[in-house]
Amino acid sequence: MKAGFAPFRVSPPLWLLAELTYACPLQCPYCSNPLAFARHRAELDTANWLRVLREARALGACQLGFSGGEPLTRSDLEVLIAEARRLGYYSNLITSGIGMDARRVAALRNAGLDHIQISFQASEPVLNDYLAGTQAFAHKLEMARQVKANGFPMVLCFVIHRHNIEQIELFCELASRLGADYVELANTQYHGWAWLNRQALLPSRAQVEQAEATAHRCQQRYASSMKILYVVADYFEQRPKACVNGWGSVFLDIAPDGTALPCHSAGELPGLSFPNVRNASLAEIWRDSAAFNRFRGFDWMREPCLSCPEKHKDFGGCRCQAYLFTGDPSNADPVCAKSPEHQRVVALANAAGNTPARPIRFRNSCNSRIYHGIPK
Amino acid sequence: MAALTTQTIVRLTPTYRLQWEPVQNAYVLLYPEGMVTLNATAGEILTRCDGMHRVAEIIADLQRLYPETDAATHLSADVLEFMEIARNEGWLRTV
Repeated sequence: MKAGFAPFRVSPPLWLLAELTYACPLQCPYCSNPLAFARHRAELDTANWLRVLREARALGACQLGFSGGEPLTRSDLEVLIAEARRLGYYSNLITSGIGMDARRVAALRNAGLDHIQISFQASEPVLNDYLAGTQAFAHKLEMARQVKANGFPMVLCFVIHRHNIEQIELFCELASRLGADYVELANTQYHGWAWLNRQALLPSRAQVEQAEATAHRCQQRYASSMKILYVVADYFEQRPKACVNGWGSVFLDIAPDGTALPCHSAGELPGLSFPNVRNASLAEIWRDSAAFNRFRGFDWMREPCLSCPEKHKDFGGCRCQAYLFTGDPSNADPVCAKSPEHQRVVALANAAGNTPARPIRFRNSCNSRIYHGIPK
Repeated sequence: MAALTTQTIVRLTPTYRLQWEPVQNAYVLLYPEGMVTLNATAGEILTRCDGMHRVAEIIADLQRLYPETDAATHLSADVLEFMEIARNEGWLRTV
């Protein structure tokens, strides 16, 4: 900090993401978990998670996501939910639906959970179960019905890529039939496993344009019954997304082993040492740690971001994307047309429609041991 | 949807949660993976939408809170306008 300037005021971490585990019965090839997840062993125990919930709440966190991996694999999930409710969080369970039955859905409700988001891989069982790497579709349908029967608001999430992008309309029909309150049509964010599989998953520009038009048509059609959120495919855009609303601004992610991160994939960035909740309080981590201050605010920026009038809107985009394409996370997100490296993104996006089919590398322990070194 | 009047009774949609957040010094509205931080008047209006009181009663109550406002004109119109917005957003329902 420069002498004479008022100290940069750190805003509260309003959104806490508790990644309870990397264990997951599914093998989705676009998983946001790190490629090297199989190396991570020691998960935080219940007492440490309860402390994390209390400390984050005291800092101002009010939205809480229980995620993973598959959070249902944690047998203490109900204990954590009950404490979250007592502390005043709005708690969200982000799940594949695998690992619960009608009784557990009711137990989650009784514990005080506010909302359940179920992911689908496709609108029908063959493609869904192929992408999930396991039989899941029929159970997901049944769990969606149980979620509604228990009075939860329900979000259905569809991660979109080349293999299912033409099912947008079918996704919305399925969601409507199941009584969803919200639908997330989220184009794959190419980090972690999705980056490894980018050539197999990236849709063509024509597919993206058609998907966007279909999504907007569905938003109109279902306006009275459910909210449809469409997350754009940013490789095809001219401006970057406001990733996590700015580094260390509102979003705090705790990985299964207790590592505190400003976003899911920040652990892959070089030269940063992320603090662990086992060794420090969340207040120290959020306010004072070098890692959380590294890209906070605007002082770290270079051109073209530094003098850009839009920097308050997109915060220079995504640090992980800057690293993946340019090798340096301090650069502008190359999705931005103002970035000198923008052509790398355009080239990848343009090639997507013209490349032969690539094999998909599924997210499982075996592949995690093979591909942990990527990206370099 | 019929326009709201001073005789309408409204309540918060059950899937939303309204609560006071000391850190933000504001009421917030919480819903699946989302949050709206309300300004002071919006917060005061929504806390009164309990499914038991008519809009007219809510306006009268707010008049006591903001005595400098001209109830007959501005306050009444402002409250109804905000409630319409809130209903369109899905935060409020008529009873």
